[in-house]
Amino acid sequence: MVLVLVEHSEANPTDPSLQALTLARSFGQPVHALLVGAAADLSEHGVSVTHVAEHVALGSFAPDAWAAILGEVAGRLSASAVIAAGTERGNEVIARLAARTGLPFAANCIAVSPGPPVTVTRLRWGGSLLEEARLHGSHALITVAPHVVPVEPSPMPADIERFTPDLSDEDLLVRVVEHVAALGGGVSLTEAKVVVSGGRGVGSKEGFAMIEELAGLLGAAVGCSRAVTSAGWRPHTDQVGQTGTKVAPEVYIACGISGATQHMAGLKGAKRILAINTDPEAPMMLNADYAVVGDLKEIVPAISAEIRKSR
Amino acid sequence: MAGLPAQARCVIIGCGIVGNSVAYHLGRLGWRDIVLLDKGPLPNPGGSTGHASNFIYLVDHSKEMTALTVDSVRQYREMGVFTQSGGVEVARTAERMQELTRRMASAEAWGIEPVSLVTPAQLKRLVPYIEESILLGGFYTPGVGVVDSLRMGTLMREHGQSSGALYVSPKTEVTGIDVEHGRVRRVRTTEGDIEAETVVITCGVWSPRIARMAGAHIPLTPAVHQMIDLGPVPRFKGAKSDIEHPIVRDMDTNMYERQAGGDLEIGSYAHRPILYDPEDIPSLEQAALSPTEFPFTQKDFELQMQHALELMPEIVGDESVGVKYAINGILSLTPDGMPVLGESPDVNGLWAAAAVWVKEGPGTGKALAEWMVHGESEIDLHSSDIARFHEHQKTRAHVRARAAEGFNKTYGIVHPSEQWASNRNVRLAPFHVRERELGATFFEAAGWERPQWYESNAPLLAEFGDQVMRRTAEWECRWWSPIINAEHLAMRERAGIFDLSAFTIFDIVGPGALQSVQCVALRQMDVPVGRVVYTPVLSPNGGFKSDLTIMRLGEQRFRVVTGGAAGMADRNWFRNHLLADGSAQLSDLTTSLTTVGLWGPRAREVLASVTSDDVSNEGFKFGTCRTIEVDTLRVLASRISYVGDLGWELYIPMEQGLKLWDVLWEAGKPHGLVPCGIGVYGTTGRLEKGYRAHGNELETEYNVVEAGMTAPRVKEEDFVGKAAHLRHREEEAAAILCTLTVDDHGSKSGEKRYMLGREPILTRDGKRIVDRRGRGSYVTSAGAGPSIGKHILMAYLPPEHAVVGAGLAVEYMGERYPGTVAVAGATPLFDPENQRIRS
Amino acid sequence: MRILACIKRVPITGGRIVLTDDARAIDTRHLGFTMSPHEECGVEEAVRIIETNGGDSVVLTLGPSEAVEQLRDAMALGIDRAIHLLTDDQEWDGEATAAALTEAIQSDEATSGRFDLIFFGNESADSAGFQVGARVARALGRYCATGLKGVSVEGSSVRCEQEVEGGRDVYVLPLPAVLTVKEGLNLPRYPSVPGRMRARSKPVAVSTPLRPEPQLELVRLIVPAGQGRQAEVLGSGAAAAPAVVEVLRKAGVL
Repeated sequence: MVLVLVEHSEANPTDPSLQALTLARSFGQPVHALLVGAAADLSEHGVSVTHVAEHVALGSFAPDAWAAILGEVAGRLSASAVIAAGTERGNEVIARLAARTGLPFAANCIAVSPGPPVTVTRLRWGGSLLEEARLHGSHALITVAPHVVPVEPSPMPADIERFTPDLSDEDLLVRVVEHVAALGGGVSLTEAKVVVSGGRGVGSKEGFAMIEELAGLLGAAVGCSRAVTSAGWRPHTDQVGQTGTKVAPEVYIACGISGATQHMAGLKGAKRILAINTDPEAPMMLNADYAVVGDLKEIVPAISAEIRKSR
Repeated sequence: MAGLPAQARCVIIGCGIVGNSVAYHLGRLGWRDIVLLDKGPLPNPGGSTGHASNFIYLVDHSKEMTALTVDSVRQYREMGVFTQSGGVEVARTAERMQELTRRMASAEAWGIEPVSLVTPAQLKRLVPYIEESILLGGFYTPGVGVVDSLRMGTLMREHGQSSGALYVSPKTEVTGIDVEHGRVRRVRTTEGDIEAETVVITCGVWSPRIARMAGAHIPLTPAVHQMIDLGPVPRFKGAKSDIEHPIVRDMDTNMYERQAGGDLEIGSYAHRPILYDPEDIPSLEQAALSPTEFPFTQKDFELQMQHALELMPEIVGDESVGVKYAINGILSLTPDGMPVLGESPDVNGLWAAAAVWVKEGPGTGKALAEWMVHGESEIDLHSSDIARFHEHQKTRAHVRARAAEGFNKTYGIVHPSEQWASNRNVRLAPFHVRERELGATFFEAAGWERPQWYESNAPLLAEFGDQVMRRTAEWECRWWSPIINAEHLAMRERAGIFDLSAFTIFDIVGPGALQSVQCVALRQMDVPVGRVVYTPVLSPNGGFKSDLTIMRLGEQRFRVVTGGAAGMADRNWFRNHLLADGSAQLSDLTTSLTTVGLWGPRAREVLASVTSDDVSNEGFKFGTCRTIEVDTLRVLASRISYVGDLGWELYIPMEQGLKLWDVLWEAGKPHGLVPCGIGVYGTTGRLEKGYRAHGNELETEYNVVEAGMTAPRVKEEDFVGKAAHLRHREEEAAAILCTLTVDDHGSKSGEKRYMLGREPILTRDGKRIVDRRGRGSYVTSAGAGPSIGKHILMAYLPPEHAVVGAGLAVEYMGERYPGTVAVAGATPLFDPENQRIRS
Repeated sequence: MRILACIKRVPITGGRIVLTDDARAIDTRHLGFTMSPHEECGVEEAVRIIETNGGDSVVLTLGPSEAVEQLRDAMALGIDRAIHLLTDDQEWDGEATAAALTEAIQSDEATSGRFDLIFFGNESADSAGFQVGARVARALGRYCATGLKGVSVEGSSVRCEQEVEGGRDVYVLPLPAVLTVKEGLNLPRYPSVPGRMRARSKPVAVSTPLRPEPQLELVRLIVPAGQGRQAEVLGSGAAAAPAVVEVLRKAGVL
């Protein structure tokens, strides 16, 4: 069997975890799920047993504890593979499990074949490159790249087994002790339906006023390229890309962004891309759905004016 | 967008500053159906224009480069993309200060004003962040500025497009160039094929690759120029524009520093030469930045950081100022440092404008367009002519060796006679071994090793004593020896033997030979067999394309002899003017024949002692040639002279050259024959005789009348430049070539100084002299005249100054020296009646 | 304090990644190199903490001989000295890398004393394994927090912030600790010229670890097919604004 760590938000499994369940089935073995803190309905996702770890100390996230539980269950069930979503949390927990067990860990996979040896295809360079790799270990540790593998339903009644893990103080030391809510006001980049993003072509810190104006009219989040944060025009929290935030809006409006691979890696989830650039041959323009050629300093205010007019 | 046109008058490959300029000017000159391509996107296709530092200094020692630069600045200003900032070239050493006085002289000679030498204190006022305590002074040019070369290109394209003359196609990669019957026919591209009458290659570092598609050569190599960007600079915080402070060239460290908005940009030519092959340049997609911005190599910049820190510690030493950006920018270098312009000698209709920098781009575009449309450009481009390269000079190894050697001279102090160290001993005369034995110092010409003087003649220094005009200043003694003057005196008194192997020699043969030669030569070529004719070769506008001698060896055979430097361009010119019906052929004999010169009052006695042929004045007249027997050899003897003395040029098959040398050497012993170097042949001998030299006195910007070479009559037959020449004969000359002598060589320090050429000629009270066509007077040639005991200068002067006895001045190393017009026109200073050559 | 920053030399890729003929590496002939962006922030953070608290800092890498350039870059930013674990051009997997680093850290600590903090990037820009920091921490028996965008030393502990949905999670770890950080933690400074010049003479200790057989074995690299978007040009200049608004309307975001 293979064991999948399923993340959930108030008992609702997250999409990346469901994607991980889908990929886990390509091992052709029974799939068990492990949830921490609450059970979730996984009857559509081919899970035969859902293990639910319950412990008073698990009220806040404690990555070492999660890794310990995962290891304990996997060991108890002799899982041939342990799988999680390639989220921050999933990667963190599997990495810690790898550290505990000395097993090989392949992060952000998009395909697996059971082997032996287990062979995976995984993302490198934020998805600009794929790697085919073999895992030489008694068990395989894998995370599944989010939003690449489509969720395929597979109805199956799942038994729910609740248990209380043994947790050492040591495993509970690293834990979330406080949550600081994000400052209100702006629309979050990850959740925005529209992102208006500016690049080197905006020209200056002050130039972002027109980007903010358009974003305001659209209820959009403001994003930017790495060149912009490096220049100190915008905070890093606005940066979209491989080392910034990965976005998935309905529309991504790229203003004066050339479109380096580092930036494009953050846009893979965008449904539509509209690019504004003086250079019609810029990679951004070639990878867009819609293109407007010209100086963004004329075009962006014109779009804002047009939106106002239409209201 | 409509597809690529199927046909074009002209296809221009490369949308950098040069391609845009050529397209623009061709359109202005009336051409239509011009197509401009680039494999990259617009406005920045990824070539060197896109990362250029874009500043322009005006003054160069080369007249040609200065003229192109000045015209470029005019064009940038007209288009509104020039921002004047001023610029200072600073000196850390006394040697550099002397060099800056030479720059002052060049500025004066080429008419760049205002310029001035400034003190360290003045430098500090101009550039407040400079560390003036390490500087001795500087050269300030207020007219220096920065251009927006990409914007300039866009404006030029827009102009061409709106006039309907130009079609622009970016993202169009050339995949081949078809050549048929030696002429360019078609350009193949990723977007389709274009039939084209002419093709212009203006794609910078990619040019050799594109030229090779047509089987042609563009000898240049991509090379690295390092640039870093420091910021943010607190002092520049409030900068409103890209450039507000003078640009600084730190000449002694081969670096420059300029404000660029809120940052400081530092560039360097000081690092080891880093050369690439055109094939090494990545594609647009592969390149992280642009294809011509390579990853920075920090290890090559270590010393430069130190130098920048010394010069601008306030900024460079500021811990809060960081290296924001650093690249190894790629630019083009050629083996001789000059651009590659003109129609390829390999393929008709294939033109090139490569190794051109932003500072001279628009001027070069205009000049090339004129050349293409009118057959010549207003600015003489002979130093940049693509046809100048000899075969060995086109090889990859030669190009790389010389480019590497030249790279660190970018801001160097280069002596006018400075010799290359790399790739020497390529072409050796058959008597080279003898010359070595005689202790020759070799200078290179067209790859040939030519003795400049012979150490074996050192005893002559004592023999001629005070007559030998000696020098003491180090600069003038560099690449020079007083032995040259002693050799000269010995030749004038006895006889000298000269190695003339570097001549370019080619025959024009066939039924159409006479007509082919007639149409190129100014002088009458329908002369009896056995006559030697020295003739100017004119450009269409009646300027000097060349000057050379032609021997009529048969009814249908003419032998053209010209100098090595201009040889390839001259050969190309003759070949392009052969009758189109194929009735005349050109065959190059340069490497089949070698030439020995034998001149001096006792030359006849020497030659007579080894030949039974009649070499008397009656039996072998001046200006004739014929084959004679010398010992066991048959030698073509030609009785002319470029040193103004009795004697012959002796032509012999290369493999017999050594034998001829040895025979003459033995025969000369009783007559005191001395070996003479090119120092005598090219300078002292000819200057005393007022003989002109191509590239010095003779260039397309001056005509036959001005050069004082007008013949009594003009031949009936048509020739290139005839109409213009006839017009010139009717006009009053705007300038007349004069010979001047220097009256007093004493400098302020008391040391005697001797001009080397290219210095400005001024009035006695220091005013610039400009003729009515706007051409300033400068020294075209300078050198000793040992037989007359004077230092000789040649210069074109307006008629009011071209008066014998007129007092003028020459500026040299920051001081003025009085001189006097000795000759206006062609009369020699030495032996004015020309008795010697006719005796 | 004593702080260690671990970095990795990676190429700076352009618009298109090109592979070597054997498809086992990126063709880097035309590329420059840098340290991964996350690690740059780790180096910056290390320098800042030492600037505030005093102490010394070390940078450590496992990589080819050319990786000394990145070590010098880190030292130009203010790190005091470097340790270079020299490799040939072969890939090292996460486990092997962690083992080599652990040994080097232990050996350095044996002579110079314990590191209070060890910084890693959350994941490298190229192979993105997400694991070396966690493995080293475990091997050293130290606590570890990952994916951090906020780090502040408070006495004998370190407060760590991780960006999550809707805000930041906070961890407090006792020193010594291992932290893996992400870009955005700080804005790294550019190296100054004096910094670069000082970096030239800072010491680099070199040793050559043996590469074990990889457990995660690279078979080959693949350049994924493009996204295949075909841009529709809506026009040029301000005149295109109505067409843009129409697109936004159709997408249902207006």
